[in-house]
Amino acid sequence: MNSKAADRIATGVFVAIAITIVTILAGLFFYIFVNGFKHISLEFLTSPSSNVRAGGGIRDQLFNSFYILFITMLITVPIGIGGGVYMAEYAKPGKVTDLIRTCIEVLSSLPSIVIGMFGLLIFVNTTGWGYTILGGALALTIFNLPTMVRTTEDAIRAVPRDLKEASLALGVTHWHTIKTIILPAAFPSVLTGAILAAGRVFGEAAALLFTAGLSTPRLDYTNWNPFSEQSPLNIFRPAETLAVHIWSVNTQGLIPDVNEVASGSSAVLVLSVLIFNLLARWIGSLIHKRATATK
Amino acid sequence: MSTQTLTRDIFDVKDLNLWYGEHHALKGINFPIQKKEVTAMIGPSGCGKSTFLKTLNLMNKMIPNVRITGEVNFDGENILNPKTDLVELRKHVGMVFQKGNPFPQSIYDNVAYGPRIHGIKKRTHLDEIVTKALIDVALWDEVKDRLHAPALGLSGGQQQRLCIARALATKPDVLLMDEPTSALDPISTLKIEELILELKEKYTIVIVTHNMQQAARVSDKTAFFLMGELIEVDLTPNIFSMPKDSRTEDYITGRFG
Repeated sequence: MNSKAADRIATGVFVAIAITIVTILAGLFFYIFVNGFKHISLEFLTSPSSNVRAGGGIRDQLFNSFYILFITMLITVPIGIGGGVYMAEYAKPGKVTDLIRTCIEVLSSLPSIVIGMFGLLIFVNTTGWGYTILGGALALTIFNLPTMVRTTEDAIRAVPRDLKEASLALGVTHWHTIKTIILPAAFPSVLTGAILAAGRVFGEAAALLFTAGLSTPRLDYTNWNPFSEQSPLNIFRPAETLAVHIWSVNTQGLIPDVNEVASGSSAVLVLSVLIFNLLARWIGSLIHKRATATK
Repeated sequence: MSTQTLTRDIFDVKDLNLWYGEHHALKGINFPIQKKEVTAMIGPSGCGKSTFLKTLNLMNKMIPNVRITGEVNFDGENILNPKTDLVELRKHVGMVFQKGNPFPQSIYDNVAYGPRIHGIKKRTHLDEIVTKALIDVALWDEVKDRLHAPALGLSGGQQQRLCIARALATKPDVLLMDEPTSALDPISTLKIEELILELKEKYTIVIVTHNMQQAARVSDKTAFFLMGELIEVDLTPNIFSMPKDSRTEDYITGRFG
C-alpha cells in the first residue's frame, strides 16, 4: 500500500471516530432532553419531593446539589491550589516529592464508592455528625482534591519561565511573584480544572449516598439562620442531591411517577451542569481579561 | 587587567568559581566593574559570559546544584554571603533578558509592577515613575495614548524597551543586559544601542553580546571570556585593535567561535 492511500485511510478512521463520539454525545443529550423536558415545569422545580404520591418536585434536591457544590468548592479550591503551588514551586525534586505525586495519583483513581465508605467511617461515624452536608462535602473534597492539585501544578508549570525570572530580577519575593504573576497567568487553566471538578461534584452519587444521606429534612427557605434545623443553609443536616435522588427513586422509589421524576431530574441535572459551565467560563474570561488588560 | 582606583568600582569580583553540578563553568574570575561605564562581555557560546552576568544579581541561585566560591563585592559587600538579601540586591541590580518578557498586563502595570511591590501606592507618584521610565527608554511617544493596552500587543523592539523601562522603574544602580538585542530586527537593535549610550549617564551597564560590532559600538570596556575563563578585559578600542592575548585576537578576527 502506498503512503497516500495510508494517509487517506488514516484520515477516514479519525473522522469516523470523531463522528462516533459526537453521535453518542448528541444521542445522549437528545434522549435526556426529549424524555426530560416535558416533565420540567415551574412546579416541578419549586415543590418538594414526595415519598409516596405522584407529582412531587425536586426543589430541595436542586438546592442541595448547588449548596454541596458550593461548600465542596469552598474547601477544595483553596487547598487544591495551595497543593498545586507547593508541588510546582516549592517541592524539591526527589523521593519525597515523587511519593507525594504517587499518593495524589492513587487518590485520584480511587472509586467514588470507596470514598463514600471512607466518608461514612470518618465523617459520619467517627465524628458522630450523622449524615450531613459537611460530611458529603468533605468526601467530595477527597474525591476532587487530586484533580485540583494536578491541574494547578500543570497550569503553573506551563507559565513561561521568563515571567518568573523577570519578576524575581526586579527584586520581588517568591511569594509575591506567585501571587501577582504566576497564578494570574495560570488562572485560565486552573479555572478549567475547577469547572471539571465542579461537574464531577454535581453528578456524583456514590460518594454521597453514605455521607450526605438519602433524605432531606423539611426545609423552610425563609429561615436563613445556618444553625437552625429547618434552615436550608445548615451544613449539619442530611441532604439528598439531585444525582442521589435520581438513583434513589429509580431503585427504591414508591411513587407512581418514578420515570417522570427521574427523566425530569436527569434533564435538570444535565442542564444545570451546562449552565454552570458556561457561566463559570464567562465569569472567568471576564476576570482574565481584566487582569491582562485585553479587550 | 584594570588598575583603576577601587573607589570607582561598583562590582569587585575576586577569584570567582562556579560549578553547575560537576561542570566548572567559571574559573577564577577577577573582574572589577566600574560605575557609569558600559562593560561588554563577549565570547563564544558556553564561555560563561551569561553565567557571570547572572552571578551579579544571583539569578544563578534559581538553578539547582549550583555552587559558587570566591567574592562578588557590590558596593563593598560580598553578595555571596548567605545573609545577602536577594530582594534588596535585585532592587539595586536590574536585569534585562534576551527576549522581551513583559508580563501579560497593561503597559502601565508592567512598569509600575516593581515600584508597587516595593511599597509605592500613591497614584500620582506611580504615574510620575511610569512616565519617566517610559521617556527614559524613548517609548513614551509611542505608547502614551495606550498606557492601559496590553503590553503583549507591542512589537518585539517595543516590548524589549518596555522591559528596560520596567527594570529602570525600581531605580537600580546597575543594569545587567543578557543579549538584549539578539531577538530584534536591525532598527530595533539600533534604538536599544542608542538607549544604552544614553543610559550610561545614569547607570552602570553590563551587557552580554554575541555581536562584536555591538560591543565595539556601545561599550567602554570589553571583556573576553573563553571556556569559563576571563581571558582579558580592557578599554574597548584596545581589545579590538591590539588585544594582548592571541586567543582574543583569534576570536575577534573570526578564526573561531
